[in-house]
Amino acid sequence: MQTPLSKKDRMKIPRQPMPEQDPDVRNKNFLEVNLGYTEELAVLEAQRCLQCPKPFCVDGCPVGVQIKDFISLVAEGKIAEAAAKIKEDNVLPAVCGRVCPQEEQCEIKCVVGNKNEPVAIGRLERFVADYEREKLGMRLPVCKPKTGKKVAIVGSGPAGLSCAADCIQAGHGVTVFEALHEIGGVLLYGIPEFRLPKDIVKVEVQALEELGVEFRTNAVIGFTDSIDELLTVEGYDAVFIAVGAGLPYFMNIPGENLNGVYSANEFLTRVNLMKAYDFPNHDTPVFDCKGKSVAIFGGGNTAMDAVRTSKRLGAKNAYIVYRRSEIEMPARAEEVHHAKQEGIEFQLLTNPIEFVGTEEGWLTGVKLLKMELGEPDASGRRKPIPIKDSEFILPIDMAVIAIGNGSNPIIQKTTPGLEFNKWGNIVVNSETMLTSREGVFAGGDIVTGGATVILAMGAGRKAAKAINEYLFNKE
Amino acid sequence: MNKIIESKFLAKDVKRFVIEAPKIAAKRKPGQFVIVRSNSKGERIPLTIADSDLEKGTITIIVQGIGKSTKEINSFNSGDFFHDVVGPLGQPSHLENFGTAVSIGGGVGAAIAYPTAVGLKQAGNHTISIVGARTKDLVILEEEMRANVDEVYITTDDGSYGFHGFVTQQLQKLIDDGRKIDFVLAIGPIPMMRAIAETTRPYNIKTVVSLNPIMVDGTGMCGGCRATVDNKTVFVCVDGPEFDAHKVDFDLLIKRNKTYTQSEKTAVEHFHQCHYDKVFDLAISENKS
Ligand SMILES: Cc1cc2nc3c(=O)[nH]c(=O)nc-3n(C[C@H](O)[C@H](O)[C@H](O)COP(=O)(O)OP(=O)(O)OC[C@H]3O[C@@H](n4cnc5c(N)ncnc54)[C@H](O)[C@@H]3O)c2cc1C
Ligand SMILES: Cc1cc2nc3c(=O)[nH]c(=O)nc-3n(C[C@H](O)[C@H](O)[C@H](O)COP(=O)(O)OP(=O)(O)OC[C@H]3O[C@@H](n4cnc5c(N)ncnc54)[C@H](O)[C@@H]3O)c2cc1C
Ligand code: SF4
Ligand code: SF4
Ligand code: FES
Repeated sequence: MQTPLSKKDRMKIPRQPMPEQDPDVRNKNFLEVNLGYTEELAVLEAQRCLQCPKPFCVDGCPVGVQIKDFISLVAEGKIAEAAAKIKEDNVLPAVCGRVCPQEEQCEIKCVVGNKNEPVAIGRLERFVADYEREKLGMRLPVCKPKTGKKVAIVGSGPAGLSCAADCIQAGHGVTVFEALHEIGGVLLYGIPEFRLPKDIVKVEVQALEELGVEFRTNAVIGFTDSIDELLTVEGYDAVFIAVGAGLPYFMNIPGENLNGVYSANEFLTRVNLMKAYDFPNHDTPVFDCKGKSVAIFGGGNTAMDAVRTSKRLGAKNAYIVYRRSEIEMPARAEEVHHAKQEGIEFQLLTNPIEFVGTEEGWLTGVKLLKMELGEPDASGRRKPIPIKDSEFILPIDMAVIAIGNGSNPIIQKTTPGLEFNKWGNIVVNSETMLTSREGVFAGGDIVTGGATVILAMGAGRKAAKAINEYLFNKE
Repeated sequence: MNKIIESKFLAKDVKRFVIEAPKIAAKRKPGQFVIVRSNSKGERIPLTIADSDLEKGTITIIVQGIGKSTKEINSFNSGDFFHDVVGPLGQPSHLENFGTAVSIGGGVGAAIAYPTAVGLKQAGNHTISIVGARTKDLVILEEEMRANVDEVYITTDDGSYGFHGFVTQQLQKLIDDGRKIDFVLAIGPIPMMRAIAETTRPYNIKTVVSLNPIMVDGTGMCGGCRATVDNKTVFVCVDGPEFDAHKVDFDLLIKRNKTYTQSEKTAVEHFHQCHYDKVFDLAISENKS
């Protein structure tokens, strides 16, 4: 069905835009912003790929998705085959196609980008995964015969889920322990519905259940069972720790405990996991943003998610307050662009020094200081320096602190002999993800610090490979 | 899902539940708590583990119905299920032989103080318990306390039972009588805990309180439960819930617990109050029969 196009013709096709909800409509609802390619758009976009003999794009993908091959299949209209091709390397394509920072991974390496805009690899990946899920139905992989060995996975984020997928296929019994009452980690409680619909995560989890993975929610490892008890009393042969980076940083400035000051984790958990946007149909409340002024402190994906969420909850003025300039923002370009479209105001090169509030303890504003950029610092980014006498007060009713997460100390405190670095991250062998304890592996944000979904997923798969080898050799 | 094996009102709006939770029963130590959700849309509600039975694989919780979620919980009966129960959470109480240890429970705080009082006894202390309530009908766990600690004092605000006055006055009386007190644990409404802290401060008696901020996850992930102790921010769910009473900023805790006052009203209006009252009356008559 495909007419072979010349390279020149291919180069003439413009990058196909992502259909999306109108900014003025979507900033009042929690439905997904991006609507996804139609099959026509996807095939057209796939034809932009030059099928390079040396596909540099693949080098940019942390898990080496065979981009050239799957795109070629899309161009031929063979979507089911394309899906299978992607899944050889990426078990969560519907998620990664949505939230990967493609513009700085696979797409930045795409040669089409040297002259024109790069091939929209992420959008195609998303299209293929959605098409498979919605039109073809998820096909379950075949599991190897049972080995009789059991693997315990602690944490149900992308690292834990991908490790579970590979271990169950290798024939082991797999149990995933999750502290919260639902499965999915940050995919569920952190990243909002309008960027990653929760049904997508649920379908992935169901598929794992059908393969035989057992999910135990409400199990805080360290409290409910320790890692050692999993290995001894509970009889697991190996453990994979994938507990993420779950400790919110605060700024340690005066007034931070006023009512209305949230960590991003709390704000997003209330809205996403506890569904506070549907209060009082769901019981959990969150700050009533309607008609209020709110400020989110930080410049990453988390900050963008929080500010766009507050807008959807009805905030009149929703600010991003960031101490560097826009170029230094770690958030994905797409998220910043979407935020601006939705009416988010950016207070760049400003740094908070104090929260101010009423006698009764309610936040009324934040004292900000203007900054200018100096010499590059250790991270290579230009260091913000305060400008003298530039203080001013921004009146706000709610503040969300989104300056990053450290590692939650529960596992560290309850697992003797497990080696951690000074930031509280678990030390592992980078090839096998093996920790300092025999049979105990770790991966994802608890090893790297806050990173990305695709890296966590890659770590989960690496660990699964090593666990399978370890269990094969074990007695 | 955790099944309710037994349920019984101890006083108006205060109900005791024995629920199936074998893992938690095996693990829990005095001072620890669980977080429960009553239904799939429910809030995560922290509740102290009042007791446990290792053999039966059950834990006991005692719930005061004050808002939407706790009232809904108190409409549950044996045979019903909690949607989620997670725990045991928090640091266990620090138990050692201090000498003479007084545990003070105001209102439903008596339920929270009970397991630690028992633990203090087992640690070898001479144990005194002060159970306070507004009025006679609201006194809970008197029998259990009498069975497990050395001396029990009851106080009621209206004088309908026991000592007429507040728990602080009873404590002051013991101090004035020349009793040597080495340790005080106080659990109850925040103003009560603050008053106890002020009572013991001049005598330098080691005093511990159990804080009850609003929580979400209970694992140190959200920071919503933060309080100020010794001028430092703590996360009560993982660093506590028990802290040195002389170092807690009670003012802040009171203010922070008012964060959702407005929403709570909405929630209660949304909840079928009539339904609950009917269930309560029914249960009272059952208990009596
Ligand atoms: C708001 C937000 C937006 C983000 N946006 C993006 C994005 O657009 N693109 C991107 O690539 N990345 C994004 N990230 C980062 C990405 O989500 C994480 O890097 C990734 O989820 C890490 O995966 P993980 O499996 O290591 O841990 P997590 O996803 O954090 O999962 C860990 C799980 O372990 C559970 N757990 C913790 N302790 C215990 C315990 N003791 N016992 C049992 N269970 C436990 C937790 O409850 C959690 O469910 C974002 C992060 C946040 C917070
Ligand atoms: C570690 C811990 C242990 C606890 N143990 C018990 C227990 O054993 N038995 C028991 O009955 N209660 C206990 N509580 C208190 C219980 O969790 C709250 O009463 C409950 O969350 C209120 O929920 P609600 O929706 O019914 O009321 P809401 O409608 O949320 O609140 C009603 C009123 O209570 C106040 N309030 C809100 N949250 C709390 C809170 N966490 N603590 C105290 N007051 C609050 C509000 O300011 C409001 O005035 C404990 C709390 C903590 C943190
Ligand atoms: S997984 Fe992410 S980086 Fe890899 S190809 Fe897909 S979108 Fe690109
Ligand atoms: S680099 Fe770009 S053009 Fe080349 S194969 Fe990869 S996606 Fe196609
Ligand atoms: S309840 Fe979330 S950190 Fe304590």
